[in-house]
Formats: sequence, C-alpha cells, structure tokens
Amino acid sequence: MISVLTPLPVLLPLLGAAGALLVGRHPWTQRTLSILVLSAVLTVSVLLLLLADAGGAAAISVGGWPVPLGIVLVVDRLSALMLVVATTVGLGVLVFAVGQGSADGDEETPLSIFHPTFLVLMAGVANAFLAGDLFNLYVGFEILLTASYVLLTLGGSAPRIRAGITYIVVSLMSSLIFLAAIGLVYAATGTVNMAQLAGRLAELPAGIQVLLQSMLLIAFAIKAAIFPLSAWLPDSYPTAPAPVTAVFAGLLTKVGVYAIIRTQTLLFPTGALDDVLMWAALATMLIGILGAIAQTDIRRILSFTLVSHIGYMVFGIALATAAGLAGAIFYVVHHIAIQTTLFLVAGLVERQGGSTAIDRLGGLAKASPLLAVLFFVPAMNLAGIPPFSGFIGKLGLLQAGVQGGGWLPLTLVAAGAVTSLLTLLAVSRVWTRAFWRPPTQSPVLDTDQAAADEAGPDLVPEPVGAPASGDGATGGDGRLPNGATAADDAGSRAAARRAAWARHTAVATASTPPADQMGDPRVEPPLRPLPSVMVASTAAMVAVTVALTALAGPLYEIADRAAEDLRGRGPYLEAVFGDVGETP
Amino acid sequence: MTPTVVLPVIIGGLYAAGVYLLLDRSLTRVLLGFLLLGNATNLLVLSSGGPAGGPPIIGVTEPGEMSDPLTQALVLTAIVITFGIAAFLLAMIYRSWRLVRQEVVGVDEEDRRVARREGIHADELDPDDLAPEDRSAAHADSLHSSSLEGDRAAEHALAERYAGIPSDDVDLPPTRGAAR
Repeated sequence: MISVLTPLPVLLPLLGAAGALLVGRHPWTQRTLSILVLSAVLTVSVLLLLLADAGGAAAISVGGWPVPLGIVLVVDRLSALMLVVATTVGLGVLVFAVGQGSADGDEETPLSIFHPTFLVLMAGVANAFLAGDLFNLYVGFEILLTASYVLLTLGGSAPRIRAGITYIVVSLMSSLIFLAAIGLVYAATGTVNMAQLAGRLAELPAGIQVLLQSMLLIAFAIKAAIFPLSAWLPDSYPTAPAPVTAVFAGLLTKVGVYAIIRTQTLLFPTGALDDVLMWAALATMLIGILGAIAQTDIRRILSFTLVSHIGYMVFGIALATAAGLAGAIFYVVHHIAIQTTLFLVAGLVERQGGSTAIDRLGGLAKASPLLAVLFFVPAMNLAGIPPFSGFIGKLGLLQAGVQGGGWLPLTLVAAGAVTSLLTLLAVSRVWTRAFWRPPTQSPVLDTDQAAADEAGPDLVPEPVGAPASGDGATGGDGRLPNGATAADDAGSRAAARRAAWARHTAVATASTPPADQMGDPRVEPPLRPLPSVMVASTAAMVAVTVALTALAGPLYEIADRAAEDLRGRGPYLEAVFGDVGETP
Repeated sequence: MTPTVVLPVIIGGLYAAGVYLLLDRSLTRVLLGFLLLGNATNLLVLSSGGPAGGPPIIGVTEPGEMSDPLTQALVLTAIVITFGIAAFLLAMIYRSWRLVRQEVVGVDEEDRRVARREGIHADELDPDDLAPEDRSAAHADSLHSSSLEGDRAAEHALAERYAGIPSDDVDLPPTRGAAR
C-alpha cells in the first residue's frame, strides 16, 4: 500500500498541472481541478503519515532499478509530517487564491498560469521531502524554484521584476553550490544515494567531511534564509501577490530547513559544525527580529520575523539532541502554518485598507472586527503567548537548550526569549497602528459639527458649535483668526491638525475617495467588502493554527518519534536497504 | 590513471570569471556569469566520474574501461535545468529593459527609506513642543494651565508648525466619538 501511495504526492500535482494547463481557457474547471488535486494529495499525505507512524519508514525504488543505482523515494515520519503540513497550507492558499481570482478577475495573470505553476511548486516541495538521494533532492529544489520564479514575477510589473531578479540570482547561486557539492560528494564517495552516503561519508578524512558538509549547508542556508545568507528574503518576498508570498514564506524556507535536518542527522551525525550553526542561529534570531522592528510595512515586518524564527529551528538542529530535534520539527510545523496564515491576513488587510504600510492604516479593528480577530490570534501565536502552539514550540526548544547545558546553548536560550519578546513588540506595533488607532480615512472630519463631535468635550472646552474651524479644516495651512476666542483657537488648531491628517490619509487609502469629494459628510467610506472565499480560507487557516495548539500533544509525540528515528538513523537505512523488492 | 591538470584549470578559470561577472550590476553580465558558473559546475560534476573511458551501457567496452554513466546522466539533467533557467533569466532581463529602460540590479526603495529614517527617543522630545493634552501629567505647564495666553501661543506655534506635515508621528486625531 505504502509503495503505491509514496510517488503520488509528486505525481498527482504534476499531472494536475498538465491538466490545468490544458483547461486554461475555462477558469472554473481549472480552479476545481487544482483544488481536487491538492485535496487528493492531502488525503494521500495523511495516509502516508498514519502508515509511516504505525509501520516505520518505507522506501520504494522508482522504475524498479536496484537500490544504489535507481532513484529512491523514502517516507519516514519526518517527511510524511512535512508533506501533510505543506499540503494543508498549499490547499488553504490555493482556495484563498481562487477567492481572490474570482473577486478581481485574472487581469494580473492573463494566461491563467497561476494554477499549473502552483501545482508544479507543490510537486517540487513533495519531491524534495521524499527524495532519497542527493540529486533527486536537487531536482526537487529546481522544480520548486523554477515554479517560484514564475509565481514571484507573475504579471511582470516593474517592482516584481526587480524583486524577482534578486531572488532568482540568489537562488541560482545556491543551486550551483548545491550541484557542485553533489559533484564533490560523488567524486569522494562514488554515490549520491543518501542511505549509502551515510555509511561512506564516515570513512572519509575529517577535513573532506567538513568541506562537503559546509558546502551543502551553505546551499541549504541560502534557501532557508539563515543569516548572513538571508538578505535576499525581505527584499524579494513582499512584492509578490498575497497568496504567493504566503506559500513562499510558509514552505520554501522550510524545505531548506528540512534539507538541513536531513544533512545534519543522516549524512553528518558527527556534529562537526554544530557550533557554527549555533552562532548562525543566534545571529539569525536577533538580527532578523531587529530588522522587523525597524520596518513599517506589514509584509516586510512579517518577512523579517520569518527570517528571525528560522533561527529557532536552526537552534534545535544545532543542539543535535533528540529533544532539540523534536522541538525543531514541531516548530517547523507550527511556523509553516502560522507564517502562511499571517501573510494571508496581510493580503486581506491590503484589500480592506488599501495598503500594508502601517503608517497609512488605522481603525481596522472597528472597520472589520473579523479581520482583527484573524490577525490577532496568529500574531499572538507567532509571538509565543502561552496557550498557543508557538509557546509550546518555543518552550520545547528552550527546555532542550537548557538540558544541553554549556554557555553557548544557554546564550541561545536567552536570545530565544528576547526574540520572542521582540516579536511581540513587532506584531503589537502592527496591531496598535493598523487595527487599534482611530480610523484614518474619516471623511466626516471636514465639517464643524463633525470636528466638534470628533474632538469631544475634553478638546474643545466650549460646547459644540464653535464657529471658526471650517477655515482651518479646508485650508489646512494653519491660518488662525487673531481675534478669536480661546475656544475658537482650540477648535481651529484641532481642525488644522485634522485637515492635515485627512489629506494625508486620503492619499493613503486607495479604496476611499479623498475627503473633500465626499458629498454627505455622514456617509461612511465605501469599504470594499472582503470576498467571502478569501475570508473563509484565511479563517480556516487560523483554525488550523489553533488546532495545532489543541493537537499539540499527539503532534509533539510524532515529532519526538521522528527525532528518535533521525538520531538513530536505523529506520531510514533499513527502509532503503531492506525494502528493495517492493516496486510499484 | 594519469591525473589531468587541464580540467581543474578550466573549471577554476570558469569559476573565477563567472564570479567576477556575477558581481556586476548589469544583468547581462550577471547572466553571462551564471552561464560560466553553470558550465564550470557541469565540468566539475563530469570530472567527478573519473577519467574518460569507452562508451558505457551499449556493450562495446569492457566494464572496467567504461566511463561512468551516472555523472553523464547527472550532467545532462543539470544542463537542461541551467538552459531553461538561462532562457527565463534572459526573458526577465528583456522585460526589465522594456519596463524601466535599464538592465541593472534594482535598488530596494523601501529598504533605503527605512534606513534613512531618523530615530526619535521619547526622552529627547521637548514637552514644550507638544500639544498640552499630549504632555505628561507631571509637566509643569499642565499644573497651571489656566493661563490661557500661554496655551494659545503654544497652540499657534503648533498649528503653524505641523499644519503641513502629514505625519502621524506628530500627533493623532481625537479619538473620542468617532462619529459612527
């Protein structure tokens, strides 16, 4: 059974992509097809996880070639778990994209290439998770990267091309380093099969081992955005369409983290570079989160928190204990879901407020309480507030770090706690500015009555009806009537401030006409209603992140068992060398 | 087996030239650099299969004298991938030229803007520059704010100074009774 199911997560999306390309002229057929395919992959992945968790790892050799020669796909607990999470967020994002596409029309993607490319991306991700040899891992990376190049530059507008070029050149560098590392590994050992490498690499001189390990780690660290190889990420992610950014942020960096886990546990279990990884994790956490605090755009803040939290996972890997690995695996699962959800919410915020710059947003909590809830829950989860899975993941990692002992792990524990606090600061800045502060697009600020109402009794000492505020409000030039009473002055000063405010925000909110064009000052600004499919898919993703909290117990147990497997290496090697006979 | 020095020298030369070109701002040079690096890597993978021998698999050579077929298969895959990506990159460069009439690596404007921002420490704010309602409760002015003259002068100054400045850092609009 497992030998039939294993190739499906790669095969189904590729076939689905071909089908989606064929029916490109019928948008609804295409959308239905893509969703059906990903739902099928999700079902298969869940089955694989159940089978792998019950029966241990399994390997199948594609095409029936004997094991060291042919391509091997391996399912163990880690890869099955990653598949389930990846497909879940992929499906959520796809539904979100369908909602956005049906609300906006497809003018940004005239060739309706989004769905086929997205499915190819998912196939590449699945291939990378299942790959049993280094070269197949490289091919999986290339599939998902090539798809991501297309998705990132969708529509080919100037900002996307600019961001895309940075992203592509950096990704190409990492691919070339990876390929060169594969060549060197092959030259040194005569195989690229990971299970075989596990035995042969250990026989090499220590210096060559460290060289090969560091080349592989550099290649994966670029993909995973580990400092100092992370600068490309906040530069290139924020310009892409919301669903694309969401799936990139959730999945692509985690594929790099997954590859690092495999390299560190299966190929190089000696831990020669663990200290280097510790330092990298420390720098990634702190520098990433400091970057997030400096930013004023929601997507860029989220991009920097993404970089920062990669540091937690690297920390867990660098500890090289079962507890550390389990914490890292749990954190990967949590972070894939949470980061995707937050980027989807950022997409909704952009639709509602017309911008993602927090200087220009305001009053979203009042304008759309549902959106506020959708942001608040995953944001607190990201920051690691106790009931949520973010807290559980961080707690697990920090406990593992304290168990590890030594001054370097303890430093990282402290840095992890600080990073968590600073994450809270970063997301609460978004919360207070974009959601909590008074609405910035208030056209009612234009009239005396409204100004007085707005000001409230403590700003305007005299009762309502102060006569002079109209001038200030319309001109906004700070002109003050000299002979006015104190009340007038207070009114006009406040009005001048409000006028400047209104002018400022009128440009900012794309969906709202400028204040002076509003006929009736009492009319509410016509907020674009959020398409229900987008809200529903985002809400479903938020529900998934909350479910991660509820299911944290069983999930952490799976992560524990996966970490045991990884530490022991036995199940993986047995699966590859023992189950050779089974071919599909 | 006689070690050959030709391949390592070629590979090293291609890597050096490729990295040099990749560091340029012009995208065409970046593309050329990428092609050189790709070819250097392909040669590296090919040479990792050991010295060249007879044609493998088809059965005209003794197994001991065959070339390694695996590296050739790997290189074929890598060449195809490199070729496809190069075509895509070329299209991007052309698109960039069409859009902005330049084919250089762009600047992240938002990043520069954030870097240019000046930090304001709350302790360095002069309370006298703030609107009276923004001052802290312990500020001396708020203790005897019945002196309307002082307030009015401050308000004049404020309104003139900030009327044209569209920044939310200056102050916030009133929150009370937001007319809903």
